[in-house]
Amino acid sequence: MIRSHVLICAGTGCTSSGSAAVKEALITEIKKNGLEDEIEVVATGCFGLCALGPIMIVYPEGTFYSKVTAEDIPEIVSEHFLKGRVVKRLVYQETLKGDEILSLNDTNFYKKQHRVALRNCGLINPENIDEYIAMDGYQALARVLTTMTPEETIDVVLKSGLRGRGGAGFPTGLKWSFARKSVSDKKYVCCNADEGDPGAFMDRSVLEGDPHSVIEAMAIAAYAIGSDEGYIYVRAEYPIAIHRLEVAIKQAREYGLLGKDIFGTGFNFDISLRLGAGAFVCGEETALMTSIEGKRGEPHARPPFPAVKGLFGQPTILNNVETYANIPKIFNEGAEWFASMGTEKSKGTKVFALGGKITNTGLVEVPMGTTLREIIEEIGGGVPNGKKFKAAQTGGPSGGCIPASHIDVGIDYDNLIAIGSMMGSGGLIVMDEDNCMVDIAKFFLEFTVDESCGKCTPCRIGTRRMLELLNKITDGNGTLEDLDKLEALANHIKSTALCGLGQTAPNPVLSTLRYFRDEYVAHVVDKKCPAGVCKNLLTYNIDADKCKGCTACARKCPAGAITGTVKQPHSIDTAKCIKCGACIETCKFNAIYKK
Amino acid sequence: MKKKLTTVPFTGTKEQEEALKAVIAEHKGEKGALMPVMQKAQAIYGYLPIEVQRMIADGMDVSVEEVYGIASFYAQFLLNKKGEVAIAVCLGTACYVKGSGDILNEISKEIGIKPGETSADGKFSLEATRCIGACGLAPVLTVNDEVYGRLTVKDVPDILAKY
Repeated sequence: MIRSHVLICAGTGCTSSGSAAVKEALITEIKKNGLEDEIEVVATGCFGLCALGPIMIVYPEGTFYSKVTAEDIPEIVSEHFLKGRVVKRLVYQETLKGDEILSLNDTNFYKKQHRVALRNCGLINPENIDEYIAMDGYQALARVLTTMTPEETIDVVLKSGLRGRGGAGFPTGLKWSFARKSVSDKKYVCCNADEGDPGAFMDRSVLEGDPHSVIEAMAIAAYAIGSDEGYIYVRAEYPIAIHRLEVAIKQAREYGLLGKDIFGTGFNFDISLRLGAGAFVCGEETALMTSIEGKRGEPHARPPFPAVKGLFGQPTILNNVETYANIPKIFNEGAEWFASMGTEKSKGTKVFALGGKITNTGLVEVPMGTTLREIIEEIGGGVPNGKKFKAAQTGGPSGGCIPASHIDVGIDYDNLIAIGSMMGSGGLIVMDEDNCMVDIAKFFLEFTVDESCGKCTPCRIGTRRMLELLNKITDGNGTLEDLDKLEALANHIKSTALCGLGQTAPNPVLSTLRYFRDEYVAHVVDKKCPAGVCKNLLTYNIDADKCKGCTACARKCPAGAITGTVKQPHSIDTAKCIKCGACIETCKFNAIYKK
Repeated sequence: MKKKLTTVPFTGTKEQEEALKAVIAEHKGEKGALMPVMQKAQAIYGYLPIEVQRMIADGMDVSVEEVYGIASFYAQFLLNKKGEVAIAVCLGTACYVKGSGDILNEISKEIGIKPGETSADGKFSLEATRCIGACGLAPVLTVNDEVYGRLTVKDVPDILAKY
C-alpha cells in the first residue's frame, strides 16, 4: 500500500537546478530499500517558490524540502521514509517551528495567495490525464456541451468579469460574443503561449503544470463561438511545456475529449501545436496569426479585428494561457464566485512572476487589488541584503516602473494604467537602489529596437532615435533639451505606431521620466549616475583610510592605472582607468569605490 | 533582426537531404506548413544555410526569397552553425537587473568573441538570449542544454574550464 507520496517539482526552474537528477536518485534509492510499494514519486508542475529549488513535498504530512540535491537523497530515504524522522536541515526554515512542521499554507509566501489559474500546478502529475480528471477536470466541458447553449456559455464568461490576462485586459466574454456573431463555416480558437515578456513565466508554468486546463478551456471556447479547430502557438524556448502539451493533447484524444463527437454531442474539436521561432512581436495577436500561417510574423492594422477576420481570413479568437486556465474553474464554481474576487473592474486573481532583487523569487497568484507592498514585503520576503526598494517594473517592455511612493496602490488593470505602467502578462521585477532607472529604460528600448519587426516607421526608426538619445545621456553627453526631445518623440510613437508593440514601446522611458526625472537630470547636468551603473559616468577611487597598500589591485589592473608604494595608500589614474572593476573584486579591504 | 548570410561552407550529407525530402513530403499541402518544415530542417542540419533554404523553396513550391524572409525574421533560425560549446547568457529583465550583462561581457572577454559570433575554430559560440523563464535562478546562462544559475562574474572561469 502506498503510504507516502513524494511530489517533486519538474518545472523549468527546478529542472534547471537539477530536479531530474534528484528524482532519479530518489527512485533508485527507494528501490534499493524495497520501498517501491510504499512510496510513490510524482513529478509535478511548478510550486512557485523557484528560489528554493529543487523542491520536494512529502505527503500526507506535507514536509517541504527545499534545495534538495541528489546527494541528500540517501539521507532522506533512510531517515524520513524508513525511520520516520524528518531531515530538518533540508526543510524550508519557515515551515519549521520547534519540533513541529507547519503547513505550507501558513508560510508568508503562500498565506496571502489564492490559487485559481495555478490550482493544479504542483499538485498533479501533468502527464497523467486521470489526475486532472480527479481534480474535476473536463467536468466543465461536459456540463457546457450537454446542458448549455453557446449563448449561455458566453454569458457565464461575461458575468464572471474575466479580462484577458495577456496584458491589455479586454473582456474575454465580449471577445467570444463578437466571434460568435461573425457568420462563417469555419472559425478558429487560438491560444497565445508565446510568452515573450522578459521576466514573465506564468504561462509556461501553467502549460508545464496543468496543460489540460488550457485544452479544456479551448474546447469550451470553440463550442461557444462555433469552431472545430484550434491552435496553440507556443514558444520554442519552452521545451518542457511543448512536451507536456503534446502528451496532454494525445491523452485527450485517446479519451475522446478532443476529436469527433465529444461526449456524444456531435461537437467536434481538435488542437494543433505551432512553435514560435523567437520573435517578440508574435505575441501581438495579428502577428501571431500571420506566424501560424507560416509567414514572417508581421502585424497588420485593425480593424478588421480577428473576431471578424483572423487566422486564414476566418473569424478567430485568441486568448492567453492564463486566461484559459481560469475558464474551467469559472464554470465549476460559477461566475458569481469568480466575480466576488478582485476589484470593481478587475475580477478574479492574477499570477505574477516575482523576480529581480527580491528574496522569494517565483510565481505568486493573488486576488486583483492586492497591493504592491503585500506582494513585495509579505509574500516576496522583501528586498535582500538590507537594500532599499526603489521600483517595481511591470508589463515588461510595454510597461513601466512603479516607484516606492506608489507601493500601496492596489494592483489591477486600471490602477496600473493610471500610474503609467500596465499589467502586461504579469512580470514583476523588483529593483533596489543599485539599479539605475536610465539604464533600465535603455535596456527595454534595446529590446524593442531589436524586436521591432520593421513594418511601420514610428517603431522601426523612432525607437532607434530614442535609444540614441538615451545612449547620449548615459555616455554623459546629454542635454536638458534631449529630455524634452525624448518625451516628445515617445508620445509621437505612442500615437502613430501600427501595433501594440510599437505603441507601448516608449512606456519604460515615459514612466521613468515621470518618476525618476531627477536621475535623468543627474546624468545630464552633474554627469553622474547616482546608482553607480552607467560606466562612462563613473570614476573609480581608493579610500586612503581603508587602503593598506597590499598592491593586490595594482597587480590585477589590466590598464596599469593603479600606482603606489607598498604599505602606502594607492591611487587610481582616472585617465588610464578602463572601469573594468577588477580592482574592486580583488580588494580585501573594501577600499575601492565608484561614484 | 540583423543577420548576415551564411559564412561557413556547406557540408550537408545525402542522408540529411533524404530526411529533409521526407519532411517536405509529409507537410506539403498543409496550411501554414512552411515554418514547421523550416524548424524540422534546422533540426536535421543544425542551421539553415542558403543551400538548405533553396531545397525547401523548391520542395514547397515557394520562392527562395520567401524562405529567406522567414529565416532572417525569426531569431531561432540560424544562418550559421553554433559552436560545439554553445553559450547563451540570458538577458531577460530578471537576469539583467541581477547583473547578467556583466557576465556576458566577462565571457566575451575570456573566449574572445562577441555575442552572436562563433569562434574561428568552431568551438565556442556566444549568444545573448531572451528570457528562458528560469527567472527564479537569475542570473542564468546555458551551455548547450546545461543550465547554470545564481551566477556571479567570478563563476565564469570555472564554467568555461569545464569545456
